[in-house]
Amino acid sequence: MIAEHFPVLVVILPLVTAPICVMLRHGGRAWLLATIVTWASFALAIALLRQVMDTGAISYLLGDWAAPWGIEYRIDQLSAFIILIVTAIGSVMMVFAPKSVTAEIPGDRVYLFYTMYLLTFAGLLGMAATGDAFNLFVFLEISSLSTYVLISLGKERRALTAAYRYLVLGTLGATFYIIGVGMMYQMTGTLNMADLAVRLPAVAETKTILVAVGFLTVGIGLKMGLFPLHLWLPNAYTYAPSVVTAFLAATATKVAVYVLLRIYYTFFGAGIFEGLPVSNLLLALGIIAALGMSAVAIFQDNAKRLLAYSSVAQLGYIVIGISLVTATGAMASILHLFNHALIKGSLFLVLACVFYRIGSTKVDDMAGLGKSMPFTMAAFVLAGFSLIGIPLTTGFISKWFLINAALEKGWWIVAVVVVAATLMAVIYFWKVIEAVYFRPRPDGALVVTEVPALMLVPLWVLAGANIYFGTNTNLSVGTARRAAEILLGGGG
Amino acid sequence: MNSHSILRVVAKFMIPFIFLYALYVQFHGDFGPGGGFQAGVIFAVGFILYALIYGIDEARRVLPAGLTRTLLSLGVLLYAGVGGLGIYLGGNFLNYSVLSSHPVSGQHLGIFLIEFGVGTTVAATMITIFFIFAGQDR
Repeated sequence: MIAEHFPVLVVILPLVTAPICVMLRHGGRAWLLATIVTWASFALAIALLRQVMDTGAISYLLGDWAAPWGIEYRIDQLSAFIILIVTAIGSVMMVFAPKSVTAEIPGDRVYLFYTMYLLTFAGLLGMAATGDAFNLFVFLEISSLSTYVLISLGKERRALTAAYRYLVLGTLGATFYIIGVGMMYQMTGTLNMADLAVRLPAVAETKTILVAVGFLTVGIGLKMGLFPLHLWLPNAYTYAPSVVTAFLAATATKVAVYVLLRIYYTFFGAGIFEGLPVSNLLLALGIIAALGMSAVAIFQDNAKRLLAYSSVAQLGYIVIGISLVTATGAMASILHLFNHALIKGSLFLVLACVFYRIGSTKVDDMAGLGKSMPFTMAAFVLAGFSLIGIPLTTGFISKWFLINAALEKGWWIVAVVVVAATLMAVIYFWKVIEAVYFRPRPDGALVVTEVPALMLVPLWVLAGANIYFGTNTNLSVGTARRAAEILLGGGG
Repeated sequence: MNSHSILRVVAKFMIPFIFLYALYVQFHGDFGPGGGFQAGVIFAVGFILYALIYGIDEARRVLPAGLTRTLLSLGVLLYAGVGGLGIYLGGNFLNYSVLSSHPVSGQHLGIFLIEFGVGTTVAATMITIFFIFAGQDR
């Protein structure tokens, strides 16, 4: 049965297609192949999620070597959900990509763009699928290295410095992660996640493990752009090619959060929060991120950078959810991973459309676009509502569960923070809306029209998903709840 | 480098042995120290030495960019292909035991092919990196 190989196929398929794209040496053909493969991965992801929801976690032994010795791929509800997010976003982005990519990347490099895209895609999926702490590092590096290349392909020369800065900080993050893993290996002699979960409690009190927790937290914090380790993120998002920004904002940081959840809840179990002030630290950083970064976002004059800071702020919510150490809190975080992927995916795709037409994402340059690009901008409004958390959108669902989880624990201050940050989101979102709808096109500005349907349709699929999953929460809430229960129930 | 006849002659003399040594490290890797990574780097050194002495353009004529890129991809595909063959023959991904009638010879064949893929990719990558850096100032 081929179905039993799905856990590995979903990772291997894009990984193998990447070198084939290099051999094709043709942008259009590489795009076609990459699109087919990302959609195939999406189909596999749906099948995997269904299977996991029916029968529980799936284990796949690479090379048929038995588990703690060989590499095990382990798909549980959480990994299946993350794989679904990455493949869904990745395949929608591929449909959107060709025109935007042709406009922003020199023709002779387009096939390399798709190669790198597939490698990032495969790396992120591998991180979610694997059940081995070291194998996770390998995929972390695959996705990171290809991400640096993707960012450096940006049109402005500053993309190179942005990519370089991310390279330095990202490598630091990956190194910290592997140091942490090395320390755990030293104390337990195993790299398999399930096996680690069994063996770690016996040595949990040792200094080595405490230091390992620190290294792992900082390392993954760097990769996910956790305040104050987010310094690479605004520039990387601003100067990367538009499609890349949309893809990374919707997936890369999400997978890093997934790794953090795995480290805390699967490796160490919720007990880690009792001995160490991890929870307080995460809560404090989350609150500062949500408030501070929302405030910084207000003062940005480039819409892409504005949304980048908003992403760091949204990550604050996710981290607050983790810091609650309750099933509802973890569920709110996991749910927001999904919802925020939809929100930021559609918002950055709108900016990709804007950049495609006017070659800039400065808020002032976007003045008056509401009339000339009505459908694109309507999607922006819709996704913006979702970002703010208007009822019937996904953003509302996330915030509802997050506030619920906080109140359940009696931390009403978190609810205040969420509301305050939401008000600031209204301000920075309004800043763009005001320019787009209430200011005329500046004299002598390019006369622009609506973007082609090939870009509008994927954009609206994502934007529409904000409403669909805001009103029909069976899939997202149901899966997130199961995933959180299993996480807190001890490994799963 | 045209005036340095000693360098030119010695390099010409050395290069075949470098290649031979690379192939030894590659194919003897399953019995002694060595394997694809080391062999790939040593193999690439032969070309890099040639390019250093005779110039990038001469070396490029032997190994055009298209060829290195194809080799670079083929190595990865060989690796993944062997893994996929494991699935086709009824095992899991990267299970070599099913490649042959006897598990031990299957494992032997599997690691042999995989290391060959690694060696190809590493050699092509090293050469590509060297050519790109060396050709940058023109």
